[in-house]
Amino acid sequence: MSADHTPGTAAPSRMEEARRALSGLAPEPGVPKPDPILVIDNVVRRFGGLTAVNVAHLEIQRGSITAVIGPNGAGKTTLFNVLTGFDTADAGTWTYNGHRLDGLRAHHVARMGMVRTFQLTKALSRLRVIENMRLGAPRQVGENFLMGLIPALWRKQEEEITERADALLARFRLDRMRDEFAGELSGGQRKLLEMARALMAEPQLLMLDEPTAGVNPALKQSLLGHIRQLREDGLTVVFVEHDMDVVHDISDWVVVMGEGAVVAEGTPEEVMANPRVIDAYLGAHHDSALPAAGDGAASGNGTASQGEGSER
Amino acid sequence: MNWELIFSSSLSQAFGAGVVVYALAAIGLNVQFGYTGLLNFGQAAFSAMGGYGLALGVVTLGLPFWPSVLLGLVAAVVLALLLGVSTLRLRADYLAIATVAAAEVIRRVFRSVSLSEVTGGAEGLRGFSDTFREYGWALGAFLDRIGIDSPLQRGGALDVGPFFYTGTELWTMIVGWSIVAACLVLVWLAMRSPWGRVLKAIREDEDAARSLGKNAFSYKIQSLVLGGVIGALAGFLLAVRQGNVAPDNFHTQFTFYLYAVLILGGVARIFGPVVGAILFWFLFNFLTNLLAELSRSGVLPAGVLDSTQVGSIVFVLLGVGIILILIFRPEGIFGDRREISLNVR
Repeated sequence: MSADHTPGTAAPSRMEEARRALSGLAPEPGVPKPDPILVIDNVVRRFGGLTAVNVAHLEIQRGSITAVIGPNGAGKTTLFNVLTGFDTADAGTWTYNGHRLDGLRAHHVARMGMVRTFQLTKALSRLRVIENMRLGAPRQVGENFLMGLIPALWRKQEEEITERADALLARFRLDRMRDEFAGELSGGQRKLLEMARALMAEPQLLMLDEPTAGVNPALKQSLLGHIRQLREDGLTVVFVEHDMDVVHDISDWVVVMGEGAVVAEGTPEEVMANPRVIDAYLGAHHDSALPAAGDGAASGNGTASQGEGSER
Repeated sequence: MNWELIFSSSLSQAFGAGVVVYALAAIGLNVQFGYTGLLNFGQAAFSAMGGYGLALGVVTLGLPFWPSVLLGLVAAVVLALLLGVSTLRLRADYLAIATVAAAEVIRRVFRSVSLSEVTGGAEGLRGFSDTFREYGWALGAFLDRIGIDSPLQRGGALDVGPFFYTGTELWTMIVGWSIVAACLVLVWLAMRSPWGRVLKAIREDEDAARSLGKNAFSYKIQSLVLGGVIGALAGFLLAVRQGNVAPDNFHTQFTFYLYAVLILGGVARIFGPVVGAILFWFLFNFLTNLLAELSRSGVLPAGVLDSTQVGSIVFVLLGVGIILILIFRPEGIFGDRREISLNVR
């Protein structure tokens, strides 16, 4: 995957490719993409009387960076959980690379190359950083109990895995922490470790749940650089994000969720100019960098307080 | 005050076959709790499968020795599967509740009057360990023939320094410590392998392991089975050492002793359970012998401590000791303080 990619000489960058493929699409919910890696149809997840997710149709373009935004409680994380097998949908189908994923359990989804991270970072605290990394590697012979008892059977693979892990740690500037317990890393370093570990699993589609939450500005920039690099390596990235500057900065396409449904889609510029988006989301927390601040804030406050009221 | 006897007897027991039982059962529990984070509060039930498997096989079913041993091991696997499949998809605490309940249910079933034809009721079963002892005497006879005088014979005894063991005890120790060594090697090999890495990852965060393509449920079942089978070996040794099994050998407090052993020795350390068991059993016997002697010789007058209270006081002291360990050395003897004080999220 990443190995056989030669960084762009004359060829256009993957970013340009992705942006060209997505340009000219109608900015409306459910618009078909030229080359979707993930296709979602009528996915519904209810918690009692509350419909947390209700997505009629959504496609994710291969090789792009897609941001999923929306207010708290819009169903972004629940959608992630459902798609990756960590939660069960009440209805709906979704296909990844043409394979139906609905009904598969989380580890099967991951093995197919659709790997996620979590909003609350899950560093394996009492494992060393390098062990965290090695764990991520797929198809390990030594993970079978009986084979594991005979080191000769897995030592060579372990060396290859370690080599790959060390390369990734160097790339994510975690090599200095290689032999520390993951629990000793800072919050930002844990985010980096979680992303690096997910890459060990050889994903084609990486789903990042708030990768920059709680990360200091300097580290955030480097994290965003890594996400961009993933796209250059040919991966597809879907990420949940609240920081509109980040969304604007790195995403090729933006999906806006509200009350469980996709309320808008489009390029970052289109979405941020969309009155419905400003109304449903941006208005409430909106800063002066965006156009039509005054109107958006006023109407947005109204919907936000309504939404909060109905959640209680 | 007979200090020599107090020390000699406590030391002998600290390496005797009784310790082997605790060490083995704790090695099993260490796999489940220490490495995988499974709260098994019913290790006593797995040991009961081993002990009663042998006893029921030989006495009630009339099977030969080895098939009966196998029966106990299979029973432990079945118990692990029953408990695991029903609770391991749920939150961690459900396994704790199910195991402690199952252990009590099993003990009470073995104890019940209506089944006493089969299980011997509260008295339990005896008369199944002859074959085991015969093997010991056979070894003794063989050693005799090649000119080595061993205590491995009826009425034989080993008396070296402070240590004193009867022939039967010695034979049980030889077998027991060999099994302990084999299990330690097995656990050591398993835990340094990628398989063990997955277990530790599940202990830290099951969802993280699943998100990386590991079938956490399957690994938890495997861990429960491995720990349970080692627990059954402990029960088997308990049975042949005593020459009988009784339901109350497998009381819930047996499991709690094992947790004490793990806390003492250090959780998720290869040698933790063994050193913990030796220390636990030494302290237990030392305190019992010491207090009994103090009371008997009148150093402590009957108004302060009479001999019937010794048993309870020992547990009070051990309890205080464990609390002190948790406060001042939470990592146990072998643990890593840095590791234990990490904020686990």
